[in-house]
Amino acid sequence: MIFYKGSDNMDFSVIISGFGGQGVLMMGELLAYCAMKSGMNVTWMPAYGVEMRGGSANCTVVLSQKPIGAPLTGTPDAVIAMSEPAMNKFAARLQPEGLLMINSSLINNEQQPVKKIKTVKVPAGELAAAAGNEKMANLTMLGAFFAETNIIDYNEVTSQIASFLPAHKKELVVGFKKALHQGKHFVDSQL
Amino acid sequence: MPKLKDRKLYSPPRSLKDKLFHFCPGCHHGLAHQLVARAIDDLNLAKRAVGVIGVGCGVFLYDYINIDCCEAPHGRAPAVATGIKRADPELAVFTYQGDGDLAAIGTSEILHAANRKENITIIFINNSIYGMTGGQMAPTTLPGQKTTTTPSGRSTDKEGFPLKMAELLATFEGTAFSARASLHNAREIKKAENAVKRAFLAQLNNKGMGIVELLSACPTNWQLSPEESLKQITNSMIPNFPLGIIKDTI
Amino acid sequence: MIRDKELLKGNIALARGAIDAGCRHYFGYPITPQNDIPEYLSAALPSVNGVFLQAESELAAINMVLGAAAAGKMAMTSSSGPGISLMQEGLSYMAGSELPALIVNISRSGPGLGGIAPTQGDYFQATRGGGHGDYRLIVLAPNSVQEMYSLAGEAFRLAIKYRNPAMILGDAILGQMKEPVVIENKIARPQEQDWALTGAKGRNPRLIKSLFLADGEMEAHNWKLYNKYKLLKRNEVRVEIDCPDKSNLTVVAFGSCSRIVRTAVDRARSRGYSIGFFRPITLFPFPENEILAAVKSTENLLVVEMNTGQMIDDVRLATNGIGNIFFSGYPGGTIPTPEQVEDKIMDILQ
Repeated sequence: MIFYKGSDNMDFSVIISGFGGQGVLMMGELLAYCAMKSGMNVTWMPAYGVEMRGGSANCTVVLSQKPIGAPLTGTPDAVIAMSEPAMNKFAARLQPEGLLMINSSLINNEQQPVKKIKTVKVPAGELAAAAGNEKMANLTMLGAFFAETNIIDYNEVTSQIASFLPAHKKELVVGFKKALHQGKHFVDSQL
Repeated sequence: MPKLKDRKLYSPPRSLKDKLFHFCPGCHHGLAHQLVARAIDDLNLAKRAVGVIGVGCGVFLYDYINIDCCEAPHGRAPAVATGIKRADPELAVFTYQGDGDLAAIGTSEILHAANRKENITIIFINNSIYGMTGGQMAPTTLPGQKTTTTPSGRSTDKEGFPLKMAELLATFEGTAFSARASLHNAREIKKAENAVKRAFLAQLNNKGMGIVELLSACPTNWQLSPEESLKQITNSMIPNFPLGIIKDTI
Repeated sequence: MIRDKELLKGNIALARGAIDAGCRHYFGYPITPQNDIPEYLSAALPSVNGVFLQAESELAAINMVLGAAAAGKMAMTSSSGPGISLMQEGLSYMAGSELPALIVNISRSGPGLGGIAPTQGDYFQATRGGGHGDYRLIVLAPNSVQEMYSLAGEAFRLAIKYRNPAMILGDAILGQMKEPVVIENKIARPQEQDWALTGAKGRNPRLIKSLFLADGEMEAHNWKLYNKYKLLKRNEVRVEIDCPDKSNLTVVAFGSCSRIVRTAVDRARSRGYSIGFFRPITLFPFPENEILAAVKSTENLLVVEMNTGQMIDDVRLATNGIGNIFFSGYPGGTIPTPEQVEDKIMDILQ
């Protein structure tokens, strides 16, 4: 399903959420970085305030071909939920016909969608293990997200990993690419 | 004679609310709160104790100890405590402050409270770092210690030396009791418990200011495990901050 | 065209903007939500042979800034509301002594210890002097990470040009948000400052002071400062105005709130409504002439702020009874959604 490709409609917003430690903030940063490098306008806004206590984390990423106004939204176009509390909190905010991607490695219940939401279940944990590093569930989910939305050219994404990672973490580039690819492949093979 | 199983052998302090501590794993605030609550219980102060709370992770003391409390601006707790005690000397007034609160921004307030022989009790949590704000240098940070504002380690040439507040305050005639204790094992915790009680006694006997400096761990910002943090206290903090009762004229 | 950009957090962009503009002296104290600034500078300044010093308090920090500024350096500090309150005495002294410096407020909610969530509740503190006496601060309000970067240098330039402290009024949204930034190097440092304390070698000694006791001296000094502020009002107003010729309503907002308002205005326009967008960038000097022109052409102004009503006072003063001034406030860390602002716009239009 193609949500956004070279269109000059309004913004595309995604809330990425989960437990602290699942790397949801980094998912948003990588997404924002790739968007910037491909010439888009982008904002990344981490969770703030009371939401940070209790071990949860989330960020909002807004992408657009035009200058972006609000970096936050009450009605995102997509929600990526890496944990069940995150899904319970954010899924209800989705735009009608929005995209909900859930980490089925940790989330068993499915919310009853009120509107015509597309739900994609991604076994991010298992995919990460298959890619060689079970701590990279966030990256397999991100790969799945890229494949599902086609929001950024995937080759553009892989070519930016090396410059995204800081100097002392360059050895992770290969692992990152593998994990992203595992997630992308999962979605591509569903079609 | 009551059977063994009918006798209550232990219970948490009465003044401690029945609430789970939220502190990070390995943090010593919970323990320090318990010691304060025990002193309040043992000295029967629950109905007249007033806690003046500084700014830092300890700011939530009100949630855990069942007494009247007042928040003070950063560093000003001894001044606020002075106002309360002078307004009503029957109250048992104590401050609960971290190292930024007491030894950085609040040095003027604590020194003058001591100098005025204020009958207040000071509970000083020294974990040689700024906890609540995310790990910046404190006046009690150790030489060479890495913090978010001393990324290469504290340099005594540029950033000075760890402040020894318990010793400094002991030199004031208005200070009746000054001690430094640690919370890293059972024996030291027992000594700390006694020191906290004596710091309150200084006030109750109108002898002047009583202060206990408690060496505590901050595993989150030290970036050590709770066990490694205990070693950090014994190996690094205690050599810089000697334990013991420095002054006792109660 | 893809220009070379970096994805930066607002606080970091501001710190980098200050260094790129030539600042080499920082004195500050930790407070949430601006700790990224001193933490970044604690490594970045030594690497350019600059000075970073964590002071024992904000009170000490502003006085250290005063000293470094008196010695002719581009000095800065950063804090949040409670710390800025402590700095008021120092700021008054600096304005009175005519010293330039950059003070950054990454606002949090208040009053008192408040909370750490973003608000715009420090507008009065920033624009009404804040401290004692007849003075003003130059106040700039960025609304993007790019502006956090570029207004740092701009603030220094204005502070040096007018010999007055300048404040950047941000908030926790701007501080924590990441956006692409174009990095430029625009040094703000002037050629020479003939008042700086550099040691009286081969020249008469200089004095930095704000005490004026002799007959008529204080009055003359106050008018001198006043004339500076008049010049600022005439020459240095910065404002973003996007007002169509025929509109019934113009929405007025500053800082991060203006981003949300922007989206609301765009959405209303895409539905056929003609709405104006007015964003003060300098809060002092306030765009008085521009807002008067706006209300004359559009008749209705909606002021949206993350507080219980502060900038609206300046709007009312400048419009002086002309038109209808509406208000929508979001205090205490609440961040308005574009939908809420849109609803308010529709309310007024109907």
